[in-house]
Parts: sequence; structure tokens; C-alpha cells
Amino acid sequence: MAFNYDEYLRMEKMPTLWCWGCGDGIVLKAFVRAVDSLGYSKDDVCVVSGIGCSGRFSSYVDFNTIHTPHGRTVAFATGVKLANPTKKVVIVTGDGDAFAIGGNHTIHGPRRNIDLTMIVIQNFIYGLTNSQTSPTTPQGMWTVTQKIGNIDPTFDACKLVQAAGATFVAREAVTAPKKLEKIIKAAMEHKGFSYVDALTNCHVNLGRKNKMVAAMDVLDWIDSISVSKKKYDTLTPEEQMNLLPRGILHHDDTQREYCDAYQMVIDAHQGKRSKITQDDFEKKI
Amino acid sequence: MASDANSQGKINADGKREVVMVGNHLAALAAVDSGCMFFSGYPITPSTEVMEAISDFLPRIGGTCIQMEDEIAGIAAAMGASMSGVKSMTATSGPGISLKAENLGFCQMAEIPLVVVDVMRGGPSTGLPTRVSQGDISQSKTPSHGDYKSIALCAGTLAECYTETVRAFNLADRFMQPVFVLLDATLGLMHAKAVLPTVEEVEAGVVPRKTFDGTNEDYQPYGVGPTEAAVLNPMFEGYRYHFTGLHHDGKGFPTEEIETCRKLIARLFDKVDAHLDEIELNEEYMLEDAEILLIGYGSAALGIKEAVNRLRAEGIKVGMFRPITIWPSPQKRMYELGQKFDKILSVELNMGQYLEEIQRCTGRLDIEKLIKVNGRPFSPKDIMDKVREIV
Repeated sequence: MAFNYDEYLRMEKMPTLWCWGCGDGIVLKAFVRAVDSLGYSKDDVCVVSGIGCSGRFSSYVDFNTIHTPHGRTVAFATGVKLANPTKKVVIVTGDGDAFAIGGNHTIHGPRRNIDLTMIVIQNFIYGLTNSQTSPTTPQGMWTVTQKIGNIDPTFDACKLVQAAGATFVAREAVTAPKKLEKIIKAAMEHKGFSYVDALTNCHVNLGRKNKMVAAMDVLDWIDSISVSKKKYDTLTPEEQMNLLPRGILHHDDTQREYCDAYQMVIDAHQGKRSKITQDDFEKKI
Repeated sequence: MASDANSQGKINADGKREVVMVGNHLAALAAVDSGCMFFSGYPITPSTEVMEAISDFLPRIGGTCIQMEDEIAGIAAAMGASMSGVKSMTATSGPGISLKAENLGFCQMAEIPLVVVDVMRGGPSTGLPTRVSQGDISQSKTPSHGDYKSIALCAGTLAECYTETVRAFNLADRFMQPVFVLLDATLGLMHAKAVLPTVEEVEAGVVPRKTFDGTNEDYQPYGVGPTEAAVLNPMFEGYRYHFTGLHHDGKGFPTEEIETCRKLIARLFDKVDAHLDEIELNEEYMLEDAEILLIGYGSAALGIKEAVNRLRAEGIKVGMFRPITIWPSPQKRMYELGQKFDKILSVELNMGQYLEEIQRCTGRLDIEKLIKVNGRPFSPKDIMDKVREIV
């Protein structure tokens, strides 16, 4: 029997405001299937989104949902999670929200290793507001704010959050929806800060002006700039330079999760354990 | 109860608690006594002692205190906790309010209850970090863009650092919006005895957040009467609704429907304006036979009260009117006082931010003013000299 998405969607909000052929719906469906396969109750999940096309994600899914001001998803989600450590809190946001205006929160969430799952719908452009440069827009591409070609270097989002302390980092694309579902599921199962870079197409506001008019053109481009981690690891640094690895890129279960760390604070204050010292941590500096 | 031996203090002959603490610690103590279980913030002089104290208080009762990466996250995390149903607070000073402005607007729009302690220092910009001012009066009325109705309480004594924080928690949950507690560098860092209500008295006065207990299908968190606040059930209990800073419908979902948008903003005003009697609080000191009226608030009122006493000893009949709820202002009472008193002197540690409100409420432009913006408090002598000048 076909999977029943309706159970997890706010059907009265359909159709979405996403353009025909937009990959955001693939991410949404992959997320819903992942939640279903994990057996979470809808009541136990909070979905936090920011501003942009991805920001509307939270209004379409039938969970406890928050549509925050621009860039603040990780900070809001941190409050929800710390106040409710047994619940699942998932952030769904975009590259501009997460890495431009929200950059500071996107490094400090991973640093704390708080048990949040952050899915960034990575479309390389500000889509909702019609083609302004994002921190992941490739150099040389047309944007409405850099019409003669973008000169701004890009972030490698996965490397950034891993360096900041995320303990699960993965990248997949909407061209492989089953793999994306599996990766989102693994991210949600991970205890600690998990990050999923979900590459997707914005043929309307990235593609049209960059010689990729149809959705398939952008999807083909995404597949041409990304390879499996397995293959990526066999390449020389020169070959790797213009490729993004896909798959689970980093997974570390040895680090203490932040809510657990805060429980140490509570226990110490309540006299259930001694004060916290450097001996409580593997990493001393 | 989070209190340690010091915060429990001793019970005096009147059955009240006597403690010796700085004002910032009193705000933290009031929070936990009011049922606050979550604090997030960012260090900023002269408010940091609030976080320092509550970082000890909260974990003792299983609550959470987290120092966030910046002022924006400092309020955002507290808002997230509050949305989930947990009583929450943040604390900062003027530069922090500037950074929190956008999220304060979100709090107003999505009707998220939150106590925001603002310990005022000299401004603008980095200003005078360790010196007193009352420069955030205008800011606390409209920190964010758009139309909404602020509630701001201004403590004028050490004990009020406690009692106004308690009141702020109750007003936040009653009106479902952020409530400012304005302290300043003088009160926040003043270390002296304060006489407080007992924890039992505070607990008995707690106003619980309203909840809806029908079905999820029937639940309209924002679909309330024109003068009512939103009814936001805790998360994770079966009521799956939506928070947004966009204009929204009864269920919380974004809409641009003309009447819904108009009604939403009208309600953000009317839910406060229709219940001013629940919010307004003033002190009137020796007004009955007074010939000159002094109006002031916050720590400036400490100097005003002393000046009133000394001037009366000299035979000059002065009295003081002190708004404790600064916003919304006590406009009806100020209008009456404007009719009654010929000579009125406004005293404040800024260039006249509340003077404009006094002028508006009294309909008079001949209000005398005494101002100070050099980071120093008023002495009673400053005020006495000014009164002798205008008498």
C-alpha cells in the first residue's frame, strides 16, 4: 500500500507555496517517511523553521511547529529542547537562514552538541525573495544582487558545522530521495547535534539565469557537482576541490550531549554528585 | 523553592521575609519564587548578576539556565522554552534590548509570555556601562517595529526589584506578551535589606497561564474574543498548532486575509487597554496637601522622596507621584493631577523621555523638568535646589 503522507501533513494548507518541480517537497516527504519509520508520535516532535521558502516547511507538517524570525531557528530550538529534553526537536531551514543571518547560532548549536537535528534545504540561492546571493551561491553565478556574476566565496556547510562540533554530519540530494530519507532517519536517531545538508533545486530563481531553465537541469547540475563519500575519498585534493561529498560524512557517538551535561549541573547543585571538573571531560581544552 | 539560607532570610514580626541582597539577585529570586524554570541570557553590565544568581537557583529545583552565544539567542532560547509552556525569563541592559528588539516584536505578535529584566545604564550605544540612567524608557515602549502595546514595570525600591518581577510573571501569563522589569544600575547593584512577601504569599498569588481543554480540532489558540489574550497550550500535549511572526489566523497559520489582519493588531492593543486596572500601579506620596507635584520613577524616586521630606521640613509643601507601571502609562490619573496642580516638576535620568508622556497625559507643555544624563544619580539636594528655583 502506498505511504499515507496525509497523516503527517496539514492537508488544509495544501498546495504548498513552493514552485512546480521544487525539491523542497522531496525533502518534506523524506522527512515524513523518516519520522514514520522511527515511530515517533506527532505530539512528541517539534519542528522549527526560519525565513525563506524552507521557512514554510513548519506550517505544512502536523507537529508542534514554530516559524521563527530570520536566522534564529537553532536558538529557539535550543530553548525548546533544553526545557523538554525527552522530546524530538528538528530544525528545517535554508542556506541563507542558517549560514548568513543565523551563522552565529549555526556554530554554537553544534558546539554544545545539543540533541537537535538540523536539516538545511540547500538550494544555493535566496529563492523566496527572487535570487539574492546566499553564502553557498557558487562564485561566478548570476544573482539579482550580483548581476555580472557572484564574487563571494562559499561556505562548505558540512565542514563548518563539523569544525564547530556537530557529532553527526551528512549530505544528500533530492535526486536520491530514499537515501535522503535514510540519512534524515539516522540523523534523528543520533544523540547529539546532527546536521543534514539536503541539496535541492531552485530552477526558478537560481536556474533560469544560470542556463539551467528546467528543474531537471538543476538536478543534473547537483549530481554533477556531488559524489558519494566513498568515491570522494579516493580522489586527489585537486579532483575534490569542485565536488561535494554525499553520504554520512562524520559520526561520533563518544561526545557528551548537552542536555545530559546539564543534568550533571542539576545533580551537582542538588548534592547528588560532586562539582564538575576537567576530569569529567575527555577534551580538556 | 530554590532559595538558600540567605534568600529565605528571616521572618520579621510582621510575618515578612527580610533579606540582604542586591537588586539583580532579588529579581532572580523573585523569578524562581514565581515558578520560573528557564533562563537564558548573555552577560552585560549592569545586569549580569541576575544570570549569576539564577544559574545557581534554577538547577537546584531542576530548572535550566543557559548562557547563550549572543543577546539575540539569549532571548530566543527563553522564547522557545516559553512557547513549550515553561515560565521563562531573560535579563539584559539597553544595548541588549536593542539586539533583542526583533524577537521582542515576535513575542508581541505570537503572544509569547516572557519576563525581560532590563537593568538600565547610560546610553546611547555602549554609553556608560557601569553608570546609572533611565534611558530605556522610550525603548521599552516600542523596542520593535510595528504596532503593539508594551507592558513595562519600573522598580523604585530594592523590595520592588522582587515584587515587580513577581508581578511581571503574572502579567506576562495573564496578557500573553513580554513584560519588562526596568531596574537600573543603582537599584540592580544596591546591596541592602529588603522586606519581601513570603514564598507562600507569592505562590498563592501566581496567575496560571490559561489553557484550552477541548479537542485539537476545536482549538483556536488565537481565535479569542476582541479584548482577550491568546490561549496557548503547552507543547507536546496533543495540541499541535503553529507559532509565527507573520499575521496569522485563529489556529496560528499565516494569512493575509484583510479582516483577520486588522482584528489581530486591534486585539494586541485592546487586550491591554480593556484591562488597564489590572496593570496600573502608582505610588502617591504626600499629595493631599501638596502645592507642588513632583513626578518621577525608578531609582530617581529615592532622591525625590527624600527631597519631599526635607522640603516639607522647610515648610515647602511638595508631594510625589510615582508610576510603577510605566507602560501603559497612568494617563487618566496624570490628567487629573495635571488639572489639580499648578506647578509640576518631572524628574528623570534622561533627556525627558517620560516628560513627553506627562505632557501628553496632562495636555500641558508647562511642565518643569529636572534631568541628568551624566551617569550619576540625583541627590536630594539636586531636587531641592530645583524646587526652590520654581517655587
